Amino acid sequence: MVLVLALGDLHIPHRAPDLPAKFKSMLVPGKIQHIICTGNLCIKEVHDYLKTICPDLHITRGEYDEETRYPETKTLTIGQFKLGICHGHQVIPWGDLDSLAMLQRQLDVDILVTGHTHQFTAYKHEAGVVINPGSATGAYSSITYDVNPSFVLMDIDGLRVVVYVYELIDGEVKVDKIDFKKTTASANSAH
Amino acid sequence: MMIADGIEDEEKWLAEGIAGIQHNAFYLHRAVESNNLREALKYSAQLLSELRTSRLSPHKYYELYMRAFDELRRLEMFFKDEDRHGCSVVDLYELVQHAGNVLPRLYLLCTVGSVYIKSKEAPAKDVLKDLVEMCRSVQHPIRGLFLRSYLAQISRDKLPDIGSEYEGDGDTVMDAVDFVLQNFTEMNKLWVRMQHQGPIRVKEKLDKERSKLRDLVGKNLHVLSQVEGVDLEIYKDTVLPRVLEQVVNCKDELAQYYLMDCIIQVFPDEYHLQTLETLLGAFPQLQPAVDIKTVLSQLMDRLSNYAASSAEVLPEFLQVEAFAKLSNAIGKVIEAQVEMPVVGAISLYVSLLTFALRVHSDRLDYVDQVLGACVKKLSGSPKLEDNKATKQVVALLTAPLEKYNDIDTALTLSNYPRVMDHLDAGTNKIMAMVLIQSIMKYNTCVSTAEKVDVLFELIKGLIKDIDGTLADELDEEDFKEEQNSVARLVHMLYNDDPEEMLQIICTVRKHIMAGGPKRLPFTVPPLVFSALKLVRRLQGLDGEVAGEEVPATPRKIFQLLNQIIEALSNVPSPELALRLYLQCAEAANDCDLEPVAYEFFTQAFVLYEEEVADSKAQVTSIHLIIGTLQRMNAFGVENRDTLTHKATGYSAKLLKKPDQCRAVYACSHLFWVDDQDGIKDGERVLLCLKRSLRIANAAQQMANVTRGTGGPVTLFVEILNKYLYFFEKGNPQITSAAIQGLIELIKTEMQSDTATPDPASDAFFACTLRYIEFQKQKGGAMGEKYDSIRI
Repeated sequence: MVLVLALGDLHIPHRAPDLPAKFKSMLVPGKIQHIICTGNLCIKEVHDYLKTICPDLHITRGEYDEETRYPETKTLTIGQFKLGICHGHQVIPWGDLDSLAMLQRQLDVDILVTGHTHQFTAYKHEAGVVINPGSATGAYSSITYDVNPSFVLMDIDGLRVVVYVYELIDGEVKVDKIDFKKTTASANSAH
Repeated sequence: MMIADGIEDEEKWLAEGIAGIQHNAFYLHRAVESNNLREALKYSAQLLSELRTSRLSPHKYYELYMRAFDELRRLEMFFKDEDRHGCSVVDLYELVQHAGNVLPRLYLLCTVGSVYIKSKEAPAKDVLKDLVEMCRSVQHPIRGLFLRSYLAQISRDKLPDIGSEYEGDGDTVMDAVDFVLQNFTEMNKLWVRMQHQGPIRVKEKLDKERSKLRDLVGKNLHVLSQVEGVDLEIYKDTVLPRVLEQVVNCKDELAQYYLMDCIIQVFPDEYHLQTLETLLGAFPQLQPAVDIKTVLSQLMDRLSNYAASSAEVLPEFLQVEAFAKLSNAIGKVIEAQVEMPVVGAISLYVSLLTFALRVHSDRLDYVDQVLGACVKKLSGSPKLEDNKATKQVVALLTAPLEKYNDIDTALTLSNYPRVMDHLDAGTNKIMAMVLIQSIMKYNTCVSTAEKVDVLFELIKGLIKDIDGTLADELDEEDFKEEQNSVARLVHMLYNDDPEEMLQIICTVRKHIMAGGPKRLPFTVPPLVFSALKLVRRLQGLDGEVAGEEVPATPRKIFQLLNQIIEALSNVPSPELALRLYLQCAEAANDCDLEPVAYEFFTQAFVLYEEEVADSKAQVTSIHLIIGTLQRMNAFGVENRDTLTHKATGYSAKLLKKPDQCRAVYACSHLFWVDDQDGIKDGERVLLCLKRSLRIANAAQQMANVTRGTGGPVTLFVEILNKYLYFFEKGNPQITSAAIQGLIELIKTEMQSDTATPDPASDAFFACTLRYIEFQKQKGGAMGEKYDSIRI
């Protein structure tokens, strides 16, 4: 059982002052093995904070990030799964699932984690799964109205990944989960 | 002479004294064992004579005294046992008075007195009175102090207290009180007199020596506080007045400081509250050199803790008008002690403020009053340079924040900003950060423009350069932290009412515009997004509501936004400004304000053309422009055409060919929007794709020429994917033949001699083919579409 935290689009301090207190109290150091961040933190303080939760931090660049040297895309393997990260402002039209599918094929990954729209989605298609953890702070977005703060926790176990999405709605944290399974342990992605 | 000449001599004398005691003790024990009273008295008197020495310092005398004390305990047990020595206690009391020297005589008398009282053959009060008067015969300070200390010690448990066995018809608690007070008074006089012995040049040493003995005097007060029968009345009418009388009259600063402190520590807070006026009235009568402020602070701290301990005691405070009395007392002290350093005065105010916050937390006027008094004091002094004083001022300002978790309260204190004005620039900033942190910590919301104005005045040290301190001089990390804090703060300024919210935004703008180019990149974005959120709230409203013109309209806010973002040109910060203009464009689009959206796009393009020079930045920027433009639905044909033309033009002009290629095929989406009313110009889509294909070809050829090998076929695969995208969407211009052609092209490129093996593009192509196969297998309409494509 490997826990992977996926979050992004915090936009601190441009659009939000901080993570919601209820999220902060849930993100306890030492419980998570990897963090995947889609970008737009935006400042070093946030980077450092994420590092305290888990030192294995993978970030891609968002268009407002203070640090310009984060990569545009990143791939990594966790257990039987290949994961790809990209902020998403590079994939036009923004939030278009077919265009994101193309990126997924290009990176050749089972799970693509992407952001930019501040809207949580978990979508399965031919090439695999696309997950958008939304905005962890519920930051303003020109694309999505009424953004609720959200983040995703993936539990990777063998050929199965359970995606937990945590959303802060009206002051309460609501959890939902979705299951995905790979059919083979090879480099090919799920069907 | 009281003080020994040399320490070695003292050691010698002490040793001699101890030897003397031990010598006589030996014979004393023998006498006691053989029940020989006469002998016992003789040797005990001799033993006690060692205490007649003048040669020892208080510290050493104490050692000697303790030895004698131990012996006297044994002697007392012997005295008590009448059967052994056959002398009645009354006679014994008579007998010991025949001892030759006064000091041994009195020690023995006290010892017998203890037995006498225990025997109850005489009222306790009579014996005690006798003893305390007799001790007058010893006027030597050290000897007298220790003698009376002995008396105090043996009498402790024999006082005619309420409920004690020594209480009787004639014996009351008042007698106990009188006795202790008298002993105390005499002891204090002796203690004070110690300083007059010995030459002045050793005064410091004297004071130090005296200090060691202070607990002997203070013990009496402690005893008084333990007497059950001393209730508030007796304390108020008898104990306190008499103790204070002695304290004031002795005119000794060491004694006065110690004893005032002792009174405060030893007696219950409830008593202090009820005798506040009397207690405070003593302060002005003390010697000028006494550190009154420390004592006063102690008193206030104790009373503050008392108030905090239970809500039930609070009405008492109101009833005795504690605050007013304390406030007056402090004022008088500060006025009287002109030499008092500023830090002293401020720490007094801190104590008073803590008191006010604990006891009268609803009385903001009290809090403001204390701050006002502080301002007055600070105004009369030169600018604070003393670190300690500065810390005290910060403590003063932080206290209300912590008490009232709501910043609003601090903002209503009229003297608060005035106190802050007296801080130096550095501390002002520290205090400003404290303010911001307080707001963030308690998640408070500052909800009116007026309050925001006050707040930003308070934190002006962070907002702009004041007093000639330049932002350059500051450590970069610190500066960033400060400015990021201000940025975060902006999100805490909010009001549901759009008019008020607009006022808030204008107020913030007014303040941050004075911040200069270094600060604007930090402060402008949060303000912009705050305004955009307001726009969203107002969406749908036009501004003309039944003829009445409402100030807060999206249009007005966009005008404001334009001005705000424009300020970034002074920094300059073109990339940031470009992004913000695009955000505004999208927001204007959502409000259906075509000209406004167009204007924002214009601004963005101008920045792109003139300011964004870095190639990597250009790539990101053009994608942002394309992405935003793709979502616009408010534009008419003409405007849309102009902008898309520009976008595609710039895409093709990027420096690197692969970047060009990608930007151009991204532009294809500008001509196909999946919405119901969205544009679906199949031809122009194809034009873009073909153009990007040409660029990809050119890139490939360039690679052949320059490096001798073909470049990666990734670009072709990407374009293929785009063809598939539009093919599926039903663009009639995209034919399966074209797709087939592309597939063959890629295969050819991959298999060519000059091909560079690239696992990534291989995998990409494989995935794409697999996708096509998947679509074919789907059957139905999709399957049919893909039917003619061979892979």
